[in-house]
Amino acid sequence: MPLGPLPAAVPPSWYLTLSAILFVLGVLGFLLRRNIITVFMSIELMLNAVNLTFVTFSYVLKRDDGHIFSFFVMVVAAAEAAVGLAIILTVFKNRQTLEIDEVSTLKN
Amino acid sequence: MQLWLIPILPLLGFLLNGMFGKRLARPVINAIAVGSVLLSFLWVLKTLSGLGAFSGGLEQTYKEHYYTWIQSGALNISVDFAIDRLTAVMLMVVTGVGLLIHIYSVGYMSHEGGYYRFFAYLNLFMFFMLTLVLGANFLLLFVGWEGVGLCSYLLIGFYFLEKFATDAGNKAFIVNRIGDFGFVLAIFLVFIHFGTLDFATVSAQVRNMPIETSAGIFTAISLLLLVGATGKSAQIPLYVWLPDAMAGPTPVSALIHAATMVTAGVYIIARTSQIYLHSTWALDIVAIVGLTTAFVAATIGLAQNDIKKVFAYSTVSQLGYMFLGLGVGAFSAGIFHLMTHAFFKALLFLGAGSVIHACSGEQDMRHMGGLRKYTPITMVTLLCGSLAIAGFPYLSGAASKDLILEAAYEHAPWMYWVGVFTAGMTAFYVFRAFFLTFFGEYKGKLTEHGAAGHGHDDHGHGHGEPHESPAAMWIPLVILAALSLGGGFINIPHFLAPIFPLQEGEPASWLEYAAMAAGLGGIALAYLFYVVSPSLPESLENTFKGLHTLIYNKYFVDEFYDSTVVEPVVSGSRQLLWRVGDVRVIDGIANGIGTTARGIGGILRRAQSGYIRSYAAWVIAGAVLAIAYIGFMGVSR
Amino acid sequence: MIFAAIAVICGINLVVQTHPISSALSLVGVMGALAALYLLLGGEFIAAAQLVVYAGAIMVLFVFVIMLLNAGTEKKVAVRPLGKYLGAPFLLLFFGMIAYMIQRILPASPPVVFGAFQGGTAADIGRSLFTVYLLPFEVTSVLILIAILGAIVLARKEVD
Repeated sequence: MPLGPLPAAVPPSWYLTLSAILFVLGVLGFLLRRNIITVFMSIELMLNAVNLTFVTFSYVLKRDDGHIFSFFVMVVAAAEAAVGLAIILTVFKNRQTLEIDEVSTLKN
Repeated sequence: MQLWLIPILPLLGFLLNGMFGKRLARPVINAIAVGSVLLSFLWVLKTLSGLGAFSGGLEQTYKEHYYTWIQSGALNISVDFAIDRLTAVMLMVVTGVGLLIHIYSVGYMSHEGGYYRFFAYLNLFMFFMLTLVLGANFLLLFVGWEGVGLCSYLLIGFYFLEKFATDAGNKAFIVNRIGDFGFVLAIFLVFIHFGTLDFATVSAQVRNMPIETSAGIFTAISLLLLVGATGKSAQIPLYVWLPDAMAGPTPVSALIHAATMVTAGVYIIARTSQIYLHSTWALDIVAIVGLTTAFVAATIGLAQNDIKKVFAYSTVSQLGYMFLGLGVGAFSAGIFHLMTHAFFKALLFLGAGSVIHACSGEQDMRHMGGLRKYTPITMVTLLCGSLAIAGFPYLSGAASKDLILEAAYEHAPWMYWVGVFTAGMTAFYVFRAFFLTFFGEYKGKLTEHGAAGHGHDDHGHGHGEPHESPAAMWIPLVILAALSLGGGFINIPHFLAPIFPLQEGEPASWLEYAAMAAGLGGIALAYLFYVVSPSLPESLENTFKGLHTLIYNKYFVDEFYDSTVVEPVVSGSRQLLWRVGDVRVIDGIANGIGTTARGIGGILRRAQSGYIRSYAAWVIAGAVLAIAYIGFMGVSR
Repeated sequence: MIFAAIAVICGINLVVQTHPISSALSLVGVMGALAALYLLLGGEFIAAAQLVVYAGAIMVLFVFVIMLLNAGTEKKVAVRPLGKYLGAPFLLLFFGMIAYMIQRILPASPPVVFGAFQGGTAADIGRSLFTVYLLPFEVTSVLILIAILGAIVLARKEVD
């Protein structure tokens, strides 16, 4: 990949690399953060990264299947966000905390 | 011909009585038990007459095939029943005498508990014995062989609340097992050598092979079968269970230990006669074992005081005669004696049962006497039986015993003289029992509750004087008496000629007379000792105190076995097998597995910590691995 | 490129920020950048959907819940040593692996040109949705229904 002044148009592989970076960032957030909602948002970030991959490949292969997949991913993310947030609300009602470490009840 | 009905009918009787007997009324139980044996007997008659056995037919073996039992590689065993003339004789004896004993038991056991159980076991025994006799191959016979051993155990230990009885049952089964070990080894050898276990095939193959004069395959098989036979037929050294087996009810002693089960050993040797004929060593050993057993058992029988024990040792002795007959090559004489012995020994035992019943459970002859006043029928029938066993001329016992002794003389004269001397002893102890029981004054207790002595099968009627037995008991006695008297005229050797060719030539007639003289001499001596001058036995006993003690205590054989075999095995089991083997090794393994599983579980439990982030980490790790795998699969294509 | 940079910065921000609201806003930023990138790649429908559904509805929901729960700043806690020494290299390794795969698949290709791909219009997408992908479409509608039910059940007050 040529260095120097950043080009305006980039090869599709760069898009994929971006997607990978965003995905890894999402994983890091998922593992490192302690607030449940933040963890959830990291999950959303991962989903977005995947969406980008789909659309990129759709461009490369000149087919619209990637768009369709991406669409479905978005739908599923929406549903999952709704239910997940409802669960978080319930957990908060019971535990009065949003710390991920304190919602465990299994005795060690 | 539906041969299978013969054993299956008693099996049905066993199943019905065993499962429902508790709820059935006495007459129904009787009907099932006796009826099944009666039907079996009638079916035997029908089958045999259908095959022409009574009219000179049945020269060839008649075989029925039912189904293939084991089919595995070279091993092909089917369930077949076969009848030839030898089987015919056995069938008649087993079902006929068995039927009489069943009828007798109805009367004898009427006061006993566990009524239905008794008859269930008796029927089961008949099933196994008939399977043994009808089996056309070694394995099927062995099924019957084991089965009768089992029933023997069940019936000897019938009064299972008495430790004495259960010990005797155990002893019988265990000693039998030792014999069975030899039998099984013989079966293996037969299969390895001949490739089949079918009697007819094996005999045909053996017939064409040369006779061995030294140790070889035939000798091995014969001796191993002999081990099995000595266990089942109570020969030296495995006879020790039979006297103890008298702990069972008297009809059991009559059926199993006189007429049928103990004859299984004789039967197997006769069945495999071809193998024995091809090994000179084996036949000699059989003869010597038989003769020694006959002699030794007779000596022990001289000094016993329990009437059943006298007859028990008599059985061992007579079986010795049968083995002697087989061993000197007179197979048909041995089988002939088997039949006559079934008649008179069953009679003697049933008669003893009648006597015991009359004396309300007393078995010690020193407390009997003078019973001829009270039990005339029993006395007359027992007289017939005693005369038969003593070898009184023209009676059944004499006919068969003489044949054996003549053949023994042909083989080796010294065997004949020992046999004659034993015959004299036989006559003596049998008539000793007879005179002690029926003559003289009644020395028993005339109390209300007649539970005198040890009364193993105790009939506490509470009668005062001795009394005659009910009809169910004395009718079979009469029938058996008639057979004991006239059985000698059934020419068994002639009947068995197609299987066991008859000997040529007439034996010297003085042989017969010598045996006869021995028998009569024994009777006379017993008369002298016990009727004329009853004090004579006492003084003789005191003179030969040492010898008498030796004989009375059965030569201390039981004690010898106990110390050399039983004690080491039991303590060895206890110390080694139990303490070390069972507790340490096996329990250790079982507990160890449990402890290890728990340990592993403890380690794995940490994965389920309830700590969400660790779950998350694992999920990620797994996902990454999956992606890597898929990716590389795709990329490297 | 610019949008890529925006996306990355917002992503890092999301992970780093302590207060959930900041993370939520960063996520909105990421989504916006991605919408622009989609546009570049010829996915007009997707870009629009991203903005309307994702950034519009879902993130609003997130912000709403954060406000409702009054989530505060996260407390600072040391990362467990296991995570630090095992996790970070692991992820870097993962990233390297992905990069390698990308190299293998798309070594060198002409740069993305706006307008090169014409098949991403709403009409095209719609056509695909209602013919080839009809079944998944219907199934997702059922899925949404279930999600609605689930959310309602979970969040209602207990009937006393």
